[in-house]
Amino acid sequence: MMSLYTRRVWINRIGIALSMVAMSLGLIGLLWILWTLFSRGFAALSWDLFTQDTPAPGSEGGGLRNAIVGSGLILFFSMLISTPIGILAGIYLAEYGRISRFASFTRFMTDIMLSAPSIVIGLFVYALFVATTGGFSGWAGSLALALIAIPVVVRTTENMLKLVPTSLREAAFAVGAPRWQVSLKVTLRAVKSGVVTGVLLAMARITGETAPLLFTALNNQFFSTNMAEPMGNLPVVIYQFALSPYDNWVNLAWGGALLIAILVLAVNIGVRVIFRNKVKR
Amino acid sequence: MPDQALPTGENAALQVRNLDFFYGDFKALVNVNMDIANKKVTAFIGPSGCGKSTLLRAFNRMYDLYPGQRAEGQILFHDKNLLDKSQDVNLVRAKIGMVFQKPTPFPMTIYENIAFGARLYEPMSKSAMDDRVEWALKKAALWGEVKDKLQQNGLSLSGGQQQRLCIARAVAVKPEIVLLDEPTSALDPLSTAKIEELINELKSEYTIAIVTHNMQQAARISDFTAFMYLGELIEFNETGTIFMQPGKKQTEDYITGRFG
Repeated sequence: MMSLYTRRVWINRIGIALSMVAMSLGLIGLLWILWTLFSRGFAALSWDLFTQDTPAPGSEGGGLRNAIVGSGLILFFSMLISTPIGILAGIYLAEYGRISRFASFTRFMTDIMLSAPSIVIGLFVYALFVATTGGFSGWAGSLALALIAIPVVVRTTENMLKLVPTSLREAAFAVGAPRWQVSLKVTLRAVKSGVVTGVLLAMARITGETAPLLFTALNNQFFSTNMAEPMGNLPVVIYQFALSPYDNWVNLAWGGALLIAILVLAVNIGVRVIFRNKVKR
Repeated sequence: MPDQALPTGENAALQVRNLDFFYGDFKALVNVNMDIANKKVTAFIGPSGCGKSTLLRAFNRMYDLYPGQRAEGQILFHDKNLLDKSQDVNLVRAKIGMVFQKPTPFPMTIYENIAFGARLYEPMSKSAMDDRVEWALKKAALWGEVKDKLQQNGLSLSGGQQQRLCIARAVAVKPEIVLLDEPTSALDPLSTAKIEELINELKSEYTIAIVTHNMQQAARISDFTAFMYLGELIEFNETGTIFMQPGKKQTEDYITGRFG
């Protein structure tokens, strides 16, 4: 009797010990990355980072102004494309096509898109857009990133709308409202914060995407706000500079990596804070 | 007290004829025939699962939202069959309002909660809408409590207030019939009393059909009572008669608490 009990106690201890080791291994990896990123990144931080453009090979100093602005523009337009499409498609799936065959097909395709390698999406936009319109451009970059963000927004919107209690939906129908008004004015509004969260997380997801931009926006070492031209952007600059022989380039790459990490962290933490307050209320 | 005559076709707001209802293959209502009296309160009682809510949800075609649910037979409203495929469902629901068991304010301001339904079928100026909101909130005996916080979220009200907001919202669309599906079962006794008082006042202008599990409530507020069991309408009569001299053994057993 006693031996059975002791055995159980020991198995329990071993189990806890093993999971603690696994947890610390995971945590060490993460902290190591963060530590390296922060120590090397902060060393590269300076006003020049925001005021000067990427330097030519061999020249001193330089900054990331063109890449920061370029990334901002590309991100802005890709979210401008993906937010309405994603939300409307999510509404379709949750409110209109719960059981239709077209909806389950859309849902299936969305899931595939969610796990599609981003380099494939970059190639796709290259073949369909860049190669046919005659050149790399900011628009092509926005399009590629939008294709990655759309399925994320679709799925979060659909999942959020599915959480709306049936009683609320029925109540809106009960005053004689047509389905589009029920969806847009009542149920979507009820899950507003959840949908905003989905949009922000989609943005965080595409902020660091490099592969699709290599084929689409390419890069531009000069400051440009022309979306029809190749455009500088942080991920590609990091990719090119980190592998370069110049010390100031490598430094700038660390600075850029830090900026992206901080943005993504800020979005993730911000979303959590918004969401926590909503849940409390 | 002189008994009121059971409604006949002439003074009926709704005439239910040979109504069957199906959830998939399950037959939930079996050949229901009855008339809902105009500007009276009709109560539906019976044990859980007897079909009383199902019947109520057939009146405004709420079941239409769910594939697999269907009604056969006739529900005549102004001499037209509500169940016809050609009937505009949204228009039916604007004419036949509904209030649910759990208060369901929309996620918007108190003012917008009322205005949402009202502006669907009547284009209204801002001042006309202000008047309509005030009118509806007064009808629901809520105006005094919320007139200074119309721009607050409807969810900030107490449960009883939320339910009266839902009644105001239904009334604001100017329906002819108001369906109440256990409107007080989630409320405390004080709020319940207020809602019952309200139902009493509303019946001068609206036809009211109420589903309730509370037999005292049915006895207090209704003019007619329908007792249902296993999808059938067992007995339908003037409320006093149902509770004092029920015609059927099953009705008597249920109201005396012997089953249910």
